[in-house]
Amino acid sequence: MSTKFRDLLALEPLTADELGFLLDQSKPFQEIQKHPLKKLATLRGKTVALAFFETSTRTRISFGAAASRLGADTMNLQAEASSLKKGETLLDTVFNLNAMKPDCLVMRHAASGAPHYVARHLDIPVVNAGDGTHEHPSQGLLDALTIRDRLGTIKNLNVTILGDILHSRVARSNIHLLGKFGCKFTLCGPAMWVPRELEKIAPGTPIRCVYRIEGALEGADVIMMLRVQTERLNDPPLSADDYILLYQLNPERLRRASPKAIVLHPGPINRGIEITPEVADGPQSCVLEQVTNGVAVRMAILYLLISGATETDTHPALQVKSKESANASD
Amino acid sequence: MRIVEKSQLMSAPEIDRTLQRLAHEIVEKSGGTKNLALIGIVRRGVPLAQRIAQAMQGIDGVNVPVGVLDITLYRDDLSKVAPQAVLRSSDIPFGVDNMDLVLVDDVLYTGRTIRAAMNGLFDLGRPKRVSLCVLVDRGHREMPIEARYVGRKVQTSDTEIIEVRLREIDKEERVVLVDRVE
Repeated sequence: MSTKFRDLLALEPLTADELGFLLDQSKPFQEIQKHPLKKLATLRGKTVALAFFETSTRTRISFGAAASRLGADTMNLQAEASSLKKGETLLDTVFNLNAMKPDCLVMRHAASGAPHYVARHLDIPVVNAGDGTHEHPSQGLLDALTIRDRLGTIKNLNVTILGDILHSRVARSNIHLLGKFGCKFTLCGPAMWVPRELEKIAPGTPIRCVYRIEGALEGADVIMMLRVQTERLNDPPLSADDYILLYQLNPERLRRASPKAIVLHPGPINRGIEITPEVADGPQSCVLEQVTNGVAVRMAILYLLISGATETDTHPALQVKSKESANASD
Repeated sequence: MRIVEKSQLMSAPEIDRTLQRLAHEIVEKSGGTKNLALIGIVRRGVPLAQRIAQAMQGIDGVNVPVGVLDITLYRDDLSKVAPQAVLRSSDIPFGVDNMDLVLVDDVLYTGRTIRAAMNGLFDLGRPKRVSLCVLVDRGHREMPIEARYVGRKVQTSDTEIIEVRLREIDKEERVVLVDRVE
């Protein structure tokens, strides 16, 4: 019953053309962020339900800002305050939300695949705002947009991802997106977080796992940091001090990467653990651009899904072969 | 349903002469080119605005700035005629406050595009004056909007379509009247 852009559940099934199209469609919304008046009436009268079954600050606020700048209203469900605590099933909660007639559901859930399961039961578009260790599509898109703005391209780059890759949906979305544009990946972190199986998660994309940060940074164009969840350092044990000693990104280590290399971090940052303040606030860091671009990407997603939601089959937008170079306006 | 071409309304040289005249008219009625800027509406308003600006340079020797405005996000018919309409980038590289702006589009029909364009413009600031310049005015207005500068007025029925084809976009240059036939 659904075409690819009916929902946005994962980046893995999308083609390079479709991903490039989504990035191109974010550009007009980047411009609107610079306007004195940032609010549009495009989705006036529409409602976006934000259901975060797992806590989130940045992503929830970003989707909320995106909806409100498009003129849509939002309904908010937060896990801590919801009736899930009282034993309601996921599907019952979602059906109840849907009975209030939103036009789109944005959801985050600790279980991988939960948005797919929900999407099968709903007739409104569902956006995955992070599911377990599976994917975080809007983060992947905003990272790619940030890279393209800074480096001029997302093709054939050397991308190094540092940290807890095993548990990272951000890493997976980035690998699936950038891998389709010919990027090569180096994954680096303690062995317990970087199992060799990760080299096979995206067939066709060259991925190597290394365990020493010095080797991982050599020649990198993009360095993606992941947040170190300090609670996970205990299993198996690795002290925070050892992590800092072995894997912290500091200015000296950063010099091993390409001189034009950029540093990304999805936040929240643990200053002094995975990254030093000099790097986090330095000229190569794109951390705050990522946040700004997040709103633009999410505006594009909501616009695309909601404006097309009343049509079920054909999406002319998909027929347009957008090229990465379509960056320039015509 | 088929689409048949009924007649040619303007040839390439006619389009060119009309744009020259419109450039003169705009400069004359604006009292020069001070604070004047053109805003082309995506898509065919853009090359038209650029050509008018070029013609103005011949008249006044001044480069009149040209902006590009995509009105998709300001439309009032979201999801009716344009599911997942492709957005193009707007690019207005100058401040619009206190400017004398001329919106440029190919065909003036219901007036809804212009309504949307004005909403878009006023999100950017407060221009001193906004006027409208179109290559063809075909009537059938649904809003209280009129063009100050008109290339040609054409009487049409509402099944007819005016197609402005420009070399920058369509690889040919003429204005034709086409009709939808069952």
